Formats: sequence, structure tokens, C-alpha cells
Amino acid sequence: MIWEVFRRERQGQPFQHAGSVTAPDRTFAEIYAREQYGRRQESVALWLVPRDAVQEVDEFPDEFDLKYRRVDGYSIKARLKEARERAGTLES
Amino acid sequence: MDTRTEEFVTHVRSGGLVEVHDWMPDEYRSRLIKFIEMHGNSELMGVLPERDWILRAPTLQRKLALTAKIQDEVGHAQLIYRVVEDLGKPRSACLDDLVAGKSKFHNVFHYPTKTWGDVGVIAWLVDAAAIVSQKALLKCSYAPYARIMKKICWEESFHILHGRDVILAMVTGTAEQFELVQEALLRWWEPLMHFHGTPLDATDDPMVFWRIKSQENEAARQEFLDGYVPQIRELGLEVPDRALRKRDDGVWVYTEPDWEKLKAVVSGHGPASEERIGFRRATRAEVDWVATALLAEAA
Repeated sequence: MIWEVFRRERQGQPFQHAGSVTAPDRTFAEIYAREQYGRRQESVALWLVPRDAVQEVDEFPDEFDLKYRRVDGYSIKARLKEARERAGTLES
Repeated sequence: MDTRTEEFVTHVRSGGLVEVHDWMPDEYRSRLIKFIEMHGNSELMGVLPERDWILRAPTLQRKLALTAKIQDEVGHAQLIYRVVEDLGKPRSACLDDLVAGKSKFHNVFHYPTKTWGDVGVIAWLVDAAAIVSQKALLKCSYAPYARIMKKICWEESFHILHGRDVILAMVTGTAEQFELVQEALLRWWEPLMHFHGTPLDATDDPMVFWRIKSQENEAARQEFLDGYVPQIRELGLEVPDRALRKRDDGVWVYTEPDWEKLKAVVSGHGPASEERIGFRRATRAEVDWVATALLAEAA
């Protein structure tokens, strides 16, 4: 059985995928993961998840132009210049 | 080459990464398996010469450090075999092939260790040569392998320092201790020059083509020489190659090593090949009951 291992490097940090171990059950998965991902104090916590239990989502189609939700959807340079001209605050 | 393969080649050659469940051409997969398996084998076989010295280490502190290093290397083998397993070859099959002499491991682990000086040279210079290659693998197109390499390089940096400390203790000790280091360096120089392989042009190297490796063999050797020859010489140690020098353009010139000998060594005809493989074969049979018992317990 394959277990995916996630490790937290320091308190307050997110768990990140570290690798995987093969183990016949939960007990051995813990022993192997401790040994391989924690024996040098490089982790403060581990999550062990059976690979089969991971629901992967990896398709994110971007069919519509949804730029209005992002900063690169706005170009204010020209309008700002015009507004400053109108207000007489444009520095030459 | 079909369109799908062509697209894959373009992807990896332009810096694209590949994950475990992604489609990949058979050739890419089989080259990855062979290469990564050899790396795993090397980690596992590499502990045998050092294992011989646990009981003979000169101080308790050295004994502990050596044991920790050996534990790290076996851990690396486990991490690496896990990557191979995901590519389709089970760990048990890797170990079977290893003890049957069907798969390879690095040339440097086919040699015996005569004195504590050898242990220092291995931990310092063999590990330094290995870390040059491993650092280049951080850019491997197969991402799960590259990620594991990050952890491995982190641990290897302690090994080099430990080795250098062993060497420094000896070269600042008695004349006899200094001599042990010098003799060990003479013994290990040829294997070290062999370590990065024949000077194969990048365009002819399929491992570079698939961006499994990103560094040519000769570039790796040059990096090693440039980093470590000055460190060796500053200790008053002599490198056994009269032709070895750095040209004005920064390239190191050296006496061409015997490449036929390298071929013979890695195919299992090195001075300690048979003994090492035999030892693995015997321990594999000896501890088989443990695996059987654990699996039965877990079932």
C-alpha cells in the first residue's frame, strides 16, 4: 500500500507534499515516514494519506476571459492622466 | 517518432516537468527506471565499505557520525527505490536484479577500503563527486526524482563536512596518520576520475536528450576538479597525476583514465564486486523471514 507523506516544517507553516512510503498498514506507514521524513528534526508534524484516498483535481479550463477579476484586467494609466489633467494636478 | 512523443520531447527539452501519472514515452520511462535504479543501488551498496568501519572507528564520536551517515544512505536508497516503484518496477525486483548482478551500481563501491584514511577520502571526495552529479539532477525533467534529490543533497552536505573533518584530524596528526590519507588518495584517485563517466558529448547522450541529466559527464568532472583539487593541495597532499593542472582558460587537463577499466568495474569485475554483491545476496536471504513475518502480521 502506498501512503503519501505531507510534512510541516515549522509551526504555522502549511503541510507540503514530501514524498511517499510503501507500508502494509498504518503502523508501519508511521514508522517508515518518521524514519524517512522526521528523524533529523526536519518536520514538526506529518500527515499520512493512503494514495487511493487522494481525490485529484487537475483540470482548470479558462474558457471565458475573466480578466476583470485580476489586477492585469485593469489598465488605468491613460485615464489617470486624463483625470489629473482635468484637475490640474499633473506634474510635468 | 509519433506526434505525441514529439510533443513530449518538446515539453521536456524546453524545461517542462513530468509527474508520476503523466503519459510518457516507453523509452523515457525505461531510461528513467534504469538510471534511478542504479542510483538507488549505489546508495545501498555504498554503505558496505563504510559498514566495515563502524566497529573500527577511532572514537565514539566518529562511530556515531559514521553510523548516522550509513543510516542516511540507506534512507536515500529507500526514497529512490520508491520513485522507481512508481515508474513500474517493484523494489523487490530491483533487489533481485542487484543480487543477481543484472543491474549496476557506481564504480566507487566496487573497491575495498584498506584503512581509516579510505573512510575519510570516501566521505569527503567520493561524496563530493556524488553531490556534483546529484545537484545537477535537481533540474531533472522527472519531477518526483528531482524533489527527492533536494532532500538527499541536504543530507549529503553533512557527509562531506564529516569526511573533511576526518581528513583534517589525520593530516594534522602524526606523520603516520598523514601518510594514511596520502596513500588512500593514491588508491582513490583513479576511481574518482572514472566517477563521472566517459567524456560523452551532450548531443550523443540520450540522458541529456530527455533532460533526465542536465550536465555533461565532462562538465561534472571539471566542476569536481575545480572545487576539490585546490582543497586537496592546500593540505599538502599530492594528487597522483603529474599532468593535472588548470589551464589559463579555466579548464583542467589530466591524464586520460583507462575507460575500459571503468567498464569492467561497473559490470561487476571490480576488486570488491563479488564480495559486495555476495554479501547483499546473503543478507537478503537471511532477513527474508522478517519481511514475511511483518507482512503476515499486517495482513
